[in-house]
Amino acid sequence: MSADDVRRAITRIAHEILERGQGSERLAIVGLQRGGAWLADAIGAAINNIEPQSKVPVGYIDVSMHRDDIGLRPVVPGAISSINFAVDDTTVVLVDDVLYTGRTVRAALEGINTYGRPRAVQLAVLVDRGHRELPIRPDYVGKNLPTSLDDDVKATAEGVVITAKVAR
Amino acid sequence: MKHLRSIDELGRDGLVRLLDLTNHMVEVNRRPVPKVPALRGRTVVSLFFEDSTRTRLSFETAAKRLSADTMTFSVSTSSVNKGESLRDTVETITDMGVDAFVVRHKSTGIPWQISNWTNASVVNAGDGWHQHPTQALVDCFTVREALGKERFDGLTITIVGDIKHSRVARSNVTAFNMLGAKVVLVAPPTLLPPDVSHWPVEVSYKLDDVLESTDILYMLRLQSERMSQGHVPNLREYAESYGLDAARVAKLPPHAVIMHPGPMNRGVEMLIDPSSLPNSLIHRQVANGVSVRMAVLFDLLAGESSAANLAQVAS
Repeated sequence: MSADDVRRAITRIAHEILERGQGSERLAIVGLQRGGAWLADAIGAAINNIEPQSKVPVGYIDVSMHRDDIGLRPVVPGAISSINFAVDDTTVVLVDDVLYTGRTVRAALEGINTYGRPRAVQLAVLVDRGHRELPIRPDYVGKNLPTSLDDDVKATAEGVVITAKVAR
Repeated sequence: MKHLRSIDELGRDGLVRLLDLTNHMVEVNRRPVPKVPALRGRTVVSLFFEDSTRTRLSFETAAKRLSADTMTFSVSTSSVNKGESLRDTVETITDMGVDAFVVRHKSTGIPWQISNWTNASVVNAGDGWHQHPTQALVDCFTVREALGKERFDGLTITIVGDIKHSRVARSNVTAFNMLGAKVVLVAPPTLLPPDVSHWPVEVSYKLDDVLESTDILYMLRLQSERMSQGHVPNLREYAESYGLDAARVAKLPPHAVIMHPGPMNRGVEMLIDPSSLPNSLIHRQVANGVSVRMAVLFDLLAGESSAANLAQVAS
């Protein structure tokens, strides 16, 4: 995916979110730290661009305390959760760059409940690369990219790149 | 990191890592439901041979907010009264499968001794006059939060009072120094350790001389329970020379802040009501205690399974 493809996908996802929700009322965007943060900003900006009167809040959640492989990944000092709005009775759209095993999303579903009880939770991702290990599916997808387990997928505003995983 | 027994053992990098991690815990504590499953299945036991309010309660709250199970050992109702030794007590609790001991004891070095007898992590919650590392972490975090600075370069921190008997002073001098602050100790000669020449500090016997150049005034509690000899002529004379009153507060620079680790001796080192001081950080110190101790427990226990611990004990 090129930068233009990414930009178009973000605009389309923003339209889909508004279409499904019949507007932007009681809608909130929550990006998963850290990869989903920029994408949440971009989707939030796209929504407010399409419907200028809307003020959709954007938050960020760091799921490291909710992971099932806790301790195996270091907690990143910069990636602190910040949800400065009430999530009760809103539709929360979780946003991440790449959907893979689904474990991060599971942790985020649990994490969001410590902030309140949303009316509904939806999931938007830029890339779905497959290989799910949990029964989780996205509501909005930028692009389905079949990958092998040996691939690394990097998704930024500049585009999406698949590379062979560096041996560690 | 396996144990947290002293600030020296933690080191500068460890200190900064724990302070950064505390920011995550502060955010957790702000949530409508301030509880995360990070330490589900871990057990933390508090083993307090000395009295405590804030340290013990903040450790237990911290463990619970991270979903760890907690056990409390109170000496007065335990088999210690039947003559059970410290070693047997620790080994007995270890056999039940615990992941961390939070220990307070009147003797220096007990946390090191205990770590020889168990595979669990050991956190020093105060050993005699020696160390109180989580208090130093709390104080560093509170200064960071109040001043919005990660490093303390250019700051002068004045620690006043019973330095000799103070584990808080020993941990804080090291920690403040690691972050770049200049530390000044103020006490009567009888309440200073016999030799502070190798400490990274300046020493003054007169509080009034140093107030003007102080950015952070750290008042210590006069530890009457450890006063075996006549260290001060009487409490009134001590209060006169080293107590914080309105006149001394007025001598501080306007930006200066005031700290105290608690519990306070009102009328001895504190001659005014600290809640009347706009620049007191004492309530922040208590509030940050839970978040800092969550960071400590998370750093020690996340990732290492209790089952593995039990297996090691069994083998």
